[in-house]
Amino acid sequence: MHVPDGFINAPVSAATGLVAAGAIAVSLRGARRELDERTAPLAGLVAAFIFAVQMLNFPVAAGTSGHLLGGALAAILVGPYTGVLCVSVVLLMQGILFADGGLTALGVNITDMAIVTTVVSYALFRGLVKVLPRKRRSVTVASFVAALLSVPAAAVAFTLIYAVGGTTDVAVSKVATAMVGVHVLIGIGEAVITALTVGAVIAVRPDLVYGARGLQQRLKLRVGGELVDAPAVAVPVAARSSHRKVWITGLVTSLVLAGFVSFYASSNPDGLEKVAKDKGIDTRTGKHATGDSPLAGYGVRDISDARVSGGLAGVIGVGVTVVAGTGVFWTVRRRRTSDTSPASVPEGV
Amino acid sequence: MGAGHAHRLYRHGHSPVHALPPHTKLAAAFAFVVVVVSTPREAMWAFALYAVLLAVVARQARVPAGVLLKRLLIEIPFVAFAVLMPFVAEGERVDVLGLSLSVNGLWGAWNVLAKGTLGVAASVLLASTTELRELLLGLQRLKLPPLLVQIASFMIRYGDVITDEMRRMRIARESRGFEASGVRHWGVLAKSAGALFIRSYERGERVHLAMVSRGYAGSMPVIDEVTASRAQWSYALALPFAALAVCLLGWTL
Repeated sequence: MHVPDGFINAPVSAATGLVAAGAIAVSLRGARRELDERTAPLAGLVAAFIFAVQMLNFPVAAGTSGHLLGGALAAILVGPYTGVLCVSVVLLMQGILFADGGLTALGVNITDMAIVTTVVSYALFRGLVKVLPRKRRSVTVASFVAALLSVPAAAVAFTLIYAVGGTTDVAVSKVATAMVGVHVLIGIGEAVITALTVGAVIAVRPDLVYGARGLQQRLKLRVGGELVDAPAVAVPVAARSSHRKVWITGLVTSLVLAGFVSFYASSNPDGLEKVAKDKGIDTRTGKHATGDSPLAGYGVRDISDARVSGGLAGVIGVGVTVVAGTGVFWTVRRRRTSDTSPASVPEGV
Repeated sequence: MGAGHAHRLYRHGHSPVHALPPHTKLAAAFAFVVVVVSTPREAMWAFALYAVLLAVVARQARVPAGVLLKRLLIEIPFVAFAVLMPFVAEGERVDVLGLSLSVNGLWGAWNVLAKGTLGVAASVLLASTTELRELLLGLQRLKLPPLLVQIASFMIRYGDVITDEMRRMRIARESRGFEASGVRHWGVLAKSAGALFIRSYERGERVHLAMVSRGYAGSMPVIDEVTASRAQWSYALALPFAALAVCLLGWTL
């Protein structure tokens, strides 16, 4: 997904460069607040980890393999600010050292792959962790969903950038379908790997998982025997569980309805894979069927395009709505809890 | 740490390009790519001239053409994309060898290929004539936030260590008869990735403590300040200025 020079025109590249610079400035401040002077070594080592783990190949089947992109993993393991910094540094070094991604496209690449993936995945992750029961397993589930949606979200962001400043004449709808289609597939792999990795870290050092800090704090209280705050914490949990069922049911239903029902209602259920192969932008899985004529199946493409893109737009729309809704929910609830019992204010975001 | 500290992409040399201060080279490469990107795609000869300019730089830097060409292979995924573009793009079509191709798509493919290749070539030349440490100093000199430069330098410094750690874990897995062949084995690989994260993070904590015990208080001391004379700047910027002249010609002609 590294965009080369000349793919996005100069003004849009400059604009995304400004966006990236602003986001990095905010992240630098945020990371320094979280890690103090430990920022440089810790973020540097995590960036090295992201860089290394991108080289770890996960075999899919018969010679094809995928690898982790790492945005969601970084956000969940070390927090959104440090995550943005680490992935941005990795992209910067890949651009300068390995010529992977153009120098003028750095802004596009950072906006797309560092900022969008990290922010989307972390927002989803926080929302889900708040909603799901306070168990380790729900952290794994939340990281699965966060990673699953973060990759198509990056594809959508790329398509938006392309729609504004693309230099080629491929229709935006085609790019959107191909990009989002392929990246939904990639997102599934990313989600499985991210969830398994977060699960592995949580099993050994739960204190290192930034996203599970709230979870870990309550465990500490129970083990340490400082039961001063324990009843205060337990009350909102009990109160919330009734909401939780409604939330989960609603979320699952809307996701299923928005995405999969409309997709599987199609007469051509494997349209997704076909589009991916037709477009050949499937750079990730490597061995795609470029031997086929790219024109094959153009007749039916319009229908399957509409369905696939509709379904995907639905899933992403639900994701965005959940994020926005959860934000409102949080603020309202926080205000309410702080009114009733100021001691029980949950850990900040 | 006794072995070379240079990265694999660096080619040791004593050419005038190697001797330039790093920030002038970074600025020149970046300005060159900006100029290339803003050239109209119809001016094909302009891109040929850019390629000639880069070839002159490569010759000055004594980077062999074979090495340069081999490193250009990194763009292959996007070449595949560019090759497909004439088939999927909109607009009027033209018949070439019995295939119906879009004219706009052909221009688009040319645009991405030419600009992308020149951009990659410029980056490759920069990376093969500049040492890593110098590159980081250059970035700092170009007013990149010091904290970001520090993060980047730690990433570079420990990148090989972490990669080696990953390699050792792979050897350990393989020596126990493990062979990842499909989705069923992702659990094992993900556990390795998790372990790698924990090791990296803990190493970061140890590195920080070691730094604190040596008097670190949030900023690295700059012991070798790089400066560039006016002559060095003008030598480095000759490349983007020549490119700018070509670009202006491309717009006017």
